Amino acid sequence: MENSKVKVVLGVIGADCHAVGNKILNYALNAAGFEVINLGVLVPQEEFVNAAIETDAKAILVASLYGHGEIDCRGLKDRCREAGLGDILLYVGGNLVVGKTDFTEVHNKFIEMGYDRVYEPGILPDQVVIDLKNDLGM
Amino acid sequence: MKNILLIDFGSTYTKITAVDIEKEIVLGTARGITTVETDIMEGLNQALGELFSKTGKLEFIKVLGCSSAAGGLKMVAVGLVPELTAEAAKRAALGAGAKIMGVYGNELNEYEIKEIADLNPEIILLAGGTDGGNKEVILHNARMLTTLGKDIPVIVAGNKSVAPQVVRILSESMTEVVHTENVMPKLNELNIEPARETIRGVFLRRIVEAKGLNRANQFVDRMVMPTPAAVLKAAELLGKGTQYESGLGDLMVIDIGGATTDVYSIAKGDPTKNNVALRGLPEPFAKRTVEGDLGMRYSATALVRAASVKRIADHAGVSEDNVEAYVKKVEENIEYLPQNDVERKVEIAMGRVCTCLAVERHVGQLETVFTLAGSAYVQKGKDLSEVQTVVGTGGVIVHHEQPNEILKGATYSESTPTMLKPGCPKFLIDEDYIMASMGLLGEEYPDIAVRMMKKYIVRR
Repeated sequence: MENSKVKVVLGVIGADCHAVGNKILNYALNAAGFEVINLGVLVPQEEFVNAAIETDAKAILVASLYGHGEIDCRGLKDRCREAGLGDILLYVGGNLVVGKTDFTEVHNKFIEMGYDRVYEPGILPDQVVIDLKNDLGM
Repeated sequence: MKNILLIDFGSTYTKITAVDIEKEIVLGTARGITTVETDIMEGLNQALGELFSKTGKLEFIKVLGCSSAAGGLKMVAVGLVPELTAEAAKRAALGAGAKIMGVYGNELNEYEIKEIADLNPEIILLAGGTDGGNKEVILHNARMLTTLGKDIPVIVAGNKSVAPQVVRILSESMTEVVHTENVMPKLNELNIEPARETIRGVFLRRIVEAKGLNRANQFVDRMVMPTPAAVLKAAELLGKGTQYESGLGDLMVIDIGGATTDVYSIAKGDPTKNNVALRGLPEPFAKRTVEGDLGMRYSATALVRAASVKRIADHAGVSEDNVEAYVKKVEENIEYLPQNDVERKVEIAMGRVCTCLAVERHVGQLETVFTLAGSAYVQKGKDLSEVQTVVGTGGVIVHHEQPNEILKGATYSESTPTMLKPGCPKFLIDEDYIMASMGLLGEEYPDIAVRMMKKYIVRR
């Protein structure tokens, strides 16, 4: 019953091509019973939005590792709103800014940008699965 | 004696090819002027007369036909996200040999419904949503299409969860609503073959009748498909071969016409270089694109607009005035052929630019992205850089003294390094203009069709 599975969109945003974490998350989310639409690496914002519209996904999970996450992730929430996806869950995680910055600051910045959950490096996929299920009331 | 007659009812000419499938030879080809309005048989009889004058009277065991008469199969494709299901629907329609009048995404509004009604397509392909994905938009669009005020066949190829509902809604006002598999069952997974087949089925049942082609029915055993679909079929056979007859491998076909230029590629088009990420919709193995603004006669002015007078003049090594004068001449008289050296040069340059632009729109592109780990590449579309064979067909190429000069436009150029065009392919010419015929023949005799194409489509 593949089609009754909750769909989530996953991808590494912007000009970032780190593929390993993406594959691990894909595996973990699949194992947890989600249908993962994995867009892979180097994914522009509009592709996350388009994929979510077409598949009726419930969450978009954005990863960024190369330190330019702030530039790449800004504006995604607005695009979602514009596309009629105002309610979709937005998660972001990875090495979001360059250099050593206090994570609380990073966290707050991304929450302000409209993300529902912000993960620092080292968080295990299990945590993401637990949060997703909670947020979606599963 | 095992003779077969293959007919292509085109918009200007009815072209016929007689083949002997025992000896695997072309007995002869001929053409007559198509007259859809009065009697489709007129042009056919004219062509037959011409053929028999060359070959003597022939008997045929079978007669197969394809058609692009009266502008071909006109379609409108509707999907959800323009880059996704709307694009998938468009590709399915192109692969079926249709002429795309419009592509619509998202929820249709009243203006667009008016527009579609004015376009008066012969088939509407309605897609939208992956299986289990978005349902609302395709339902909305089905309801909107019922307000067209016209009875147009609709093929439903969207989200399977609501397909029955969509069919029910449309059936309220349309007599022919056909359901087929989703063109995009999963995100970024193309499934256009079932839609292509369904389009062909509807084309044959309704359109052939509407265009008076059924009047040729007593003579023709079977109308098989729209002409571009026959060419695509031939290209696929020539590239892939059959179980018993090897093909030529990956190839491209360039078909330059008076009004449009069609480009076909038979290749997976995966990246040939390292460190390349693929983006965008996956590409169909057998792909057709058609450029309505690139042609040698009806579209000559549009071609000049797309390419610029200067570019054609530079290629030809003549003045811009020469180009403008020639373009005016051929558009006023589509039968006109170059009469002197300058005109011949312009004609070649036009063909070359036509090929160049049409192929650039067909092939994929490589984009460099700079990352902290060095540069990486993103590929959109097909990488055809290692395609070894480019086949030229269509009147302009076939009847040309220097077809290779025209086909060179299909190859990689340093001025456009991001275009994934073939590096150094060999050029084959469809000298007897048999590709569409071979696509028809290939429906029933694929091995013979492959062998005959290998024999008749050669280097010049």
